[in-house]
Amino acid sequence: MHIGIDVGGTNTDAVLMEGVTTLAGVKHSTTPDVTTGIVRAIEDLRAQHHFTGAQVQAVMIGTTHFINALVEAQRLAPTAALRLGLPATKSLPPLIDWPQPLVEALSARTYLAHGGYEFDGRPISPLDPDELRAHARDMAAHGIRSVAISSVFSPVNHDLEDQAAAIVRDEFATADGGAEVAVSLSHEIGRIGLLERENATIINAALRELAGEIVDGLTSAARAQGIEAPIYLSQNDGTLMDEDFVRSYPVATFASGPTNSMRGAAVTSGLTTCAVVDVGGTTTDIGLLVGGFPRETAGEVKVAGVRTNFRMPDVLSIGIGGGSLVDLETAEVGPGSVGYRLTTEALVFGGSTLTATDIAVAAGRADIGDASRVAHLDPAFVQRVLDRIAERVSEAVDRMRTSPDPIPVVAVGGGSILLPDELPLFGAAHRPENYSVANAIGASIAQVGGEIDKVVAIEPSRREESIAAVKQEAVEKAIAAGARPESVDVVDFDEVPIPYLPGNATRIRVKAVGDLEMGR
Amino acid sequence: MAWSIGTDAIGDLARGAAVLGTGGGGDPYIGALLARQAVAEHGPVTAVTLDELADDALVITVAMMGAPTVMVEKLPTLDEIMEPVAALGTYLGRPATHVACAEIGGVNSTIPIAAAAALGLPLLDADGMGRAFPELQMVLPTLYGISASPLAFADEKGNVGVLQTVDNSWTERIARVAAVEMGCSVMICGFAMSGAQARESLVRDSLQRCIGLGSGIAQARTGKVDPVDRVVELLEGRELFAGKVVDVQRATTTGFARGTATVRGDDGDLTLRFQNEHLIASVADAAGDETVLATTPDLIVVLEHDTGEPVTTEGLRYGQRVRVVAAPSDPRWHSPEALAMVGPGYFGYDVPARRFDGRVTEVPA
Repeated sequence: MHIGIDVGGTNTDAVLMEGVTTLAGVKHSTTPDVTTGIVRAIEDLRAQHHFTGAQVQAVMIGTTHFINALVEAQRLAPTAALRLGLPATKSLPPLIDWPQPLVEALSARTYLAHGGYEFDGRPISPLDPDELRAHARDMAAHGIRSVAISSVFSPVNHDLEDQAAAIVRDEFATADGGAEVAVSLSHEIGRIGLLERENATIINAALRELAGEIVDGLTSAARAQGIEAPIYLSQNDGTLMDEDFVRSYPVATFASGPTNSMRGAAVTSGLTTCAVVDVGGTTTDIGLLVGGFPRETAGEVKVAGVRTNFRMPDVLSIGIGGGSLVDLETAEVGPGSVGYRLTTEALVFGGSTLTATDIAVAAGRADIGDASRVAHLDPAFVQRVLDRIAERVSEAVDRMRTSPDPIPVVAVGGGSILLPDELPLFGAAHRPENYSVANAIGASIAQVGGEIDKVVAIEPSRREESIAAVKQEAVEKAIAAGARPESVDVVDFDEVPIPYLPGNATRIRVKAVGDLEMGR
Repeated sequence: MAWSIGTDAIGDLARGAAVLGTGGGGDPYIGALLARQAVAEHGPVTAVTLDELADDALVITVAMMGAPTVMVEKLPTLDEIMEPVAALGTYLGRPATHVACAEIGGVNSTIPIAAAAALGLPLLDADGMGRAFPELQMVLPTLYGISASPLAFADEKGNVGVLQTVDNSWTERIARVAAVEMGCSVMICGFAMSGAQARESLVRDSLQRCIGLGSGIAQARTGKVDPVDRVVELLEGRELFAGKVVDVQRATTTGFARGTATVRGDDGDLTLRFQNEHLIASVADAAGDETVLATTPDLIVVLEHDTGEPVTTEGLRYGQRVRVVAAPSDPRWHSPEALAMVGPGYFGYDVPARRFDGRVTEVPA
């Protein structure tokens, strides 16, 4: 059996799983310190369904610690950004367009050095080891403890990033006192788009020390419960990473919250390709699962004011939720909402504001509060409001789907009482039962993956071969991440020809995913 | 009247340029960042109207040539933008007095701001197209016999060249090869012309128009007015169609992002044919008979349904709710010589050019 834990901003959910069966599930408020919350969750699981530490084969954890640290600009390591590419790129140095308070929170320093590649892999300029050593000494002298290295076109060739990392480490080691330095390399973190990839790498670098503390905390919490099994953390795409990986790539946890919720909804409903409609208090968030994984954004995403190209789940939010205000004239819902004041302001709770929840109660879809307080509502009006909600949600789901093929819809969240059993365009809405702990169930899904994103010059006669080679790279990356080799599949493939480039230069993105080899 | 372009105007200008880019021209983010950086370092740029230009002024165009996708990795530098201008000045024996935009779509609307700021030169409120096109010779000055060459080009390494060619199509062919060899993103400077020639050949008030479009969209959104209506009004065009993107096909044609997109509306399907820019918009009736609504050289602009945010051809995706707007191009693009250069036939489509309002441009036999 294994344990899934989702540490959210408000709640910590935990489940004990046997395969895909939920043996026990608990919910708590999140504690400021990691260890206490985890220990309590595991103890409560044990109280619900007894197990010994030795029976647990893995603990999977989804956490918002890292993104919160960035948003709050807390506990970030003094970080240097080193970019290889001179003489190119110097007019737009690292950290350009960052919010100034965050730059200060990182005590950030930036360095430009020679190196980098052209789009086709030719070098822009050779690496200058003396230049790099001088930069590294300056970093050490300024108390830098973590370094982000980026190089122009490193997704095409990353040799220079590797070489620069070796030089920086060596120089730190031979500096006064022989300091340790954490090095993050951009080709391991982001995709094409230098500034966005570099930004993600700098964020990663700034979180490295915190990652060490968090992993140590989580591990000791599990060990204190007699669990010797490996600890895994959820990544943005829903796959898992092991402890060592988290220490090196904490940034990969950033969007695990919505991802775990969507994947959990899928598992509890038994669907792997579906639209997930999560109706909360203020908004309805709609995402798409394809083969069990959230479809991700194609473009740039701003995190804490920093432009990045993380692979984040593509979520569309519309202003409809249980607390949404309802207009008596137009029967229109939201975007205004009473939010957390629902339990005092809604009519059914004795308040004076007509909310979407009141409509659901009036329609007999939910038994919340005092139904007599909405008995005066005109049934035709109530129906109009519900129809409008169904129509808008359907339209939003339709906007998210990638083809006209029919797709099942899974409705979750406290506000999902607003949705009818049949949605226009889509038919039946599935409503899984275990939703209260779906986040933790999402975290507990034991899969690992590998992803490649690079520009390849494809000769027309060798297209198949070229694509196969990139796919193989992704498969090997998944296996290296801990997947059982025979279980690895390519789950995502995208090929985009690049305009104005000769030789059929094509950007290829491949993701391979397999089942985690447990007890390895 | 001369006016000043500060960092505040650059965001609006970049959004407006994405509208006039008609789907092409690349992500304006890097260009806008570079322009902001240059203005922050060197101070605001003075924009001057064509009417203020002395007859003996020396106007040059500055642009990026290559793949916008490369530019997001190998970020351009201000040096690289200034070097071809200096080289051209040396070749011509006198320095340029004014910078102009060759096109007013995508990154090439913001690169000249960076150039003007870094060089300390005024920027003309004018451009060579009034929109975006994929090739260097596709500017109105070509129709006036103004030579693209001598054309100076530079990469970030300090390699600089000056081309002297027999016509503007040769400039495109040779410069394109050089650009690829130099890493597929170079800065070019050419089309040297007098103030009198600039007044005659360029499209006037382009920067104002761009900023007006960008701020118009933003203001319409905050003022709860339909931003697409606002764009239609500003472009003096018409809305062709509203619907949902139901299909996007991209062909692997060397060097160009060629393809078609289908938008499904209440009354049928609209097909967009694009090659970097949107070139043809047509609708099909139930029998499958196609009616062309508008073609290049007039502007076909795809906007996000509610926000009015321009959608690039690379950004088209299934499920997007969009509205398609057609608007007039500069009337000079409808002469027979101009249509031979930028009409549907040049891009391989065997249809007559149709203006934004559906009229076929009469081409004398």
